[in-house]
Amino acid sequence: MELLAAQSVSSFPVLNALIVVPVIGALAVVLLPNSRPELMRPVGALFSSIAGALSLYVMAQFSIHQSDFQFESIQSWIPALGINWHVGVDGISLWLVVLTGLITPIVLVAVDPHHDPKPYTAWLLLLQAGSFGAFLALDLFLFFVMFEIVLVPMYMLIGGWGYDDRRYAATKFFLYTMAGSALMLVAIVSVATLSAGDQGITFNVIELAERQALSPNTARLCFLAFALAFVIKVPVFPVHTWLPDAHTEAPTAGSVVLAAVMLKLGTYGLLRFGLYLFPEASVWAAPTLATLGVIGVIYGAIVATMQKDLKRLVAYSSVAHMGFIVLGIFAFTTQSLEGGVLQMINHGISTGALFLLVGMLYERRKTRAIEELSGIQSAAPIFAGFFTVVMLSSIGVPGLNGFVGEFLVLIGSYDTRRWWTIIAATGVILAALYLLWAYQRVFHGEPTPNDQDTPDLTFKEGLVLAPFIVAIVFLGLYPKPVLERIEPAVQNLISHLEEHSDFVEPDLGAPIAISDQSGPKDDH
Amino acid sequence: MSVLNAFGFVGPSIDWWALLPQVILLGAALIIMLATALAPRKTSTVFATVTTVCSAIASYIVAVGLWNDVRTDGPSSSIASAFGIDGFSIFFTMLILIALVATALLSHGYLDREGIDAPEFHALLLCSAAGAIVMASANDLIVMFLGLEALSIGIYVMIAMHDRRSEARESAMKYFVLGAFSSAFLLYGIALTYGATGSTNLVQVRDYLDAVVFRDQHLLMAAMALLLVGLSFKVAAAPFHFWAPDVYQGAPSPVTGWMASVAKAAGFAALLRIFFAAFASHQIDWSPIVSVLASVTLIVGAVMAILQTDVKRMLAFSSVSHAGYVLVAVQSATAQGTAAALFYLFTYTFMVLGTFAVVGAMGPDDDHPLANYAGLGRSRPLVAIAFTVLLLAQAGIPATSGFIAKFQVIAAAVNSENYVLAGLAMVTAVIGAFMYLRIVMAMYVADDENEGPTPSWHWTTSIVVIAVVGFTLLAGLVPQFLIEFAEEAVPILIRG
Repeated sequence: MELLAAQSVSSFPVLNALIVVPVIGALAVVLLPNSRPELMRPVGALFSSIAGALSLYVMAQFSIHQSDFQFESIQSWIPALGINWHVGVDGISLWLVVLTGLITPIVLVAVDPHHDPKPYTAWLLLLQAGSFGAFLALDLFLFFVMFEIVLVPMYMLIGGWGYDDRRYAATKFFLYTMAGSALMLVAIVSVATLSAGDQGITFNVIELAERQALSPNTARLCFLAFALAFVIKVPVFPVHTWLPDAHTEAPTAGSVVLAAVMLKLGTYGLLRFGLYLFPEASVWAAPTLATLGVIGVIYGAIVATMQKDLKRLVAYSSVAHMGFIVLGIFAFTTQSLEGGVLQMINHGISTGALFLLVGMLYERRKTRAIEELSGIQSAAPIFAGFFTVVMLSSIGVPGLNGFVGEFLVLIGSYDTRRWWTIIAATGVILAALYLLWAYQRVFHGEPTPNDQDTPDLTFKEGLVLAPFIVAIVFLGLYPKPVLERIEPAVQNLISHLEEHSDFVEPDLGAPIAISDQSGPKDDH
Repeated sequence: MSVLNAFGFVGPSIDWWALLPQVILLGAALIIMLATALAPRKTSTVFATVTTVCSAIASYIVAVGLWNDVRTDGPSSSIASAFGIDGFSIFFTMLILIALVATALLSHGYLDREGIDAPEFHALLLCSAAGAIVMASANDLIVMFLGLEALSIGIYVMIAMHDRRSEARESAMKYFVLGAFSSAFLLYGIALTYGATGSTNLVQVRDYLDAVVFRDQHLLMAAMALLLVGLSFKVAAAPFHFWAPDVYQGAPSPVTGWMASVAKAAGFAALLRIFFAAFASHQIDWSPIVSVLASVTLIVGAVMAILQTDVKRMLAFSSVSHAGYVLVAVQSATAQGTAAALFYLFTYTFMVLGTFAVVGAMGPDDDHPLANYAGLGRSRPLVAIAFTVLLLAQAGIPATSGFIAKFQVIAAAVNSENYVLAGLAMVTAVIGAFMYLRIVMAMYVADDENEGPTPSWHWTTSIVVIAVVGFTLLAGLVPQFLIEFAEEAVPILIRG
């Protein structure tokens, strides 16, 4: 069966198609006549849906018990510099690719830009292409190109369709990320050059990870340069300050894609290029990064509690959630890493949906201030119902997706990072505090006349939100299909880590059993 | 020649084929001047432009032929080995000719718009281009100096061509005084090089330095320092950049583009020839100095750029910081670094010509507040997107040639183990990016009632901008061809 999958790969370069289809879509949208603005979004949604369908095809064809990269494809790109167009997917990137494939068409359908639909659609499509590229790249140069190129569409989206302070927010977003990746470029070149040896220069990630040719000190410095780029992107406390501004000022589409897809570039980068390329340095830096992650959990939660703006609240909740993922990554157990990867998906779903809902609320009321809203529940009960499910998923209530991810992270981290885990666990309680409190203030209480007139969810909006709800419930009840695809890659990563450092994973028993059913969870 | 021979004066043999690119340009300049003087009716700017473009194309074809010669027979030299034909000189010849076509077209639009009837503008441009080619091809310091003067004198006059603007004259005066000043430095450096090595010929300088160990090398160090200072003026490297913002701002925009592209490229051609080729054995002496110069230039260029409010001044400082990147490549003193510098100069030439083409269309020469660009994304979306591509390319964003150029510079610095400089270059790139983003933001984020500016767009500008943007994206996505070209052009001293 694995053989079959491999054969079907060579016949059709599906991963390249993933990157190319949205680009073609963007060109098609640009070439549409300006006199037909109503065509832009449907055409854009069509192309990004094709890409989404391709990502589902990749998921279906992905062979479960294989830890290697699948669907690999290498083309010579800049031979003079040893650079190839090299893409591939494994269990860690698979779900992020699917997420990217599905979120973009939903956003295109769901959110009306109100003006200039042509560039809006084109930028969103390019954003999708760039995100695919970043998740699929197995060449350091290609990854850097994609990692930086996604800044441009997002910058344009925030700047062009954002709210009042969009100029400041867009520039801050761009410069923060660019500053982070500045030293990463130097590190990329250094890693490639210093690992060259007799075998020649390469930017191939797999090759470089196998070579491990750097001296420990150099590897640590390079790891720091990589990590800086990624922790800014995640964002980890204390370099998170661009995030609330960018999220708040961005248009709804921008916020959703930013939260669901782009933040994952940071955590994904830490896994793929931090742990994989620099195993020894990762073990060395793990306590610090785990600490920063836990600080993020608590800090994000506390600051979220204080917010007056609903969108800003969701933004800070992102900081807290991403902190969990960072803790999971740097706890180095199969469960914690699996939980981290799963939590990337969960956060994408629940926070993406929260931003969509807040955007819908803003469309109705032209405000996001919590104190100006009250008693929405009685005026818009269906809306409130959707909001409740998504919110509970974000809090991590058992039976919904957020619980599975957070639980795996906590249980996996307990053996290697006990005190970190205990503190982070209180973050779960704080999440309930800020979200429920906000819900109470906005949806309960006495509605003012303004609130009375808030229209309920339309059928189309319900249709847009339905996939999120389905995913939330499905992943909460039956995460096995997702986890069993993540697991081989994660185990592979950990054995790579053990091989190249003095870290030894503690024995926690058969990991898949935990995720199999809800029963054994109580034992721990 | 035969007359001179009769007096017993034996001139060196001249390979006219090798000199043909410059000769064509100077011939075209003569034709324009003669036509202006002798034609019964007034010569139009169209005639001058067409002549310039045609001669540049003819010259380019010859350069392609020379390139093939070099590839089959190796480099050669002419006029008593004072003038060299190798990959390096042809690389710059091609670069200069491309810039010449673009500048001629842009100047045409400019002269049209400002109502200046001056065919001599194009004649000066041709002389200036010929000077730049001589400078890049020179194998002897004296010939190099001649090329530099021909290049500069043309520019002095071109800046002042708009005689109704006092700013242009002020700008020309500044450039002239400081240019003369820097020429003096350069000449002094040449004299001291002669004193230290007994020759101004680069091959002989190199051979002498390879063979001789100095007991004290103060004279040679002073020579190198003065040469470096003189050329730093020309390429606008800090702290010798003070003329750049004022002159760039006051000059007609096509001339600003010419200064930022060709004058800079020719300056770097000379710099690479002298230091990388002739002073190769003493790179341990000059490389650290160049690396300090590079750091200062990077920092000054980036920091000063974000403090400006006038777009033309911003771009002037950005041009300073780009000189810094090229210097980062130069200081590595490796073939890889030199190839990176060549790639950088080639792609930067395109970017900066396009940038100043747009700037030139946006308004008069010396008044470009950022507010003038507000709403351009709405009123002229195509112009705005082209300008955005060019600005992002200068910021070094992937998918543009600027990123590949920056990447190679960083790779060269890393390879020469100068990690600090590589890091500094990237950090200043971020600072510089703020300035480019400010312009982009101004174009796209404007108040709703702002209609946006309507630049006076000439069709020649469209040609240049489309070509430049196309090349910038092409070289950013599939740069292999240009990298190979640059690698083949790395200078080797021409013997024989």
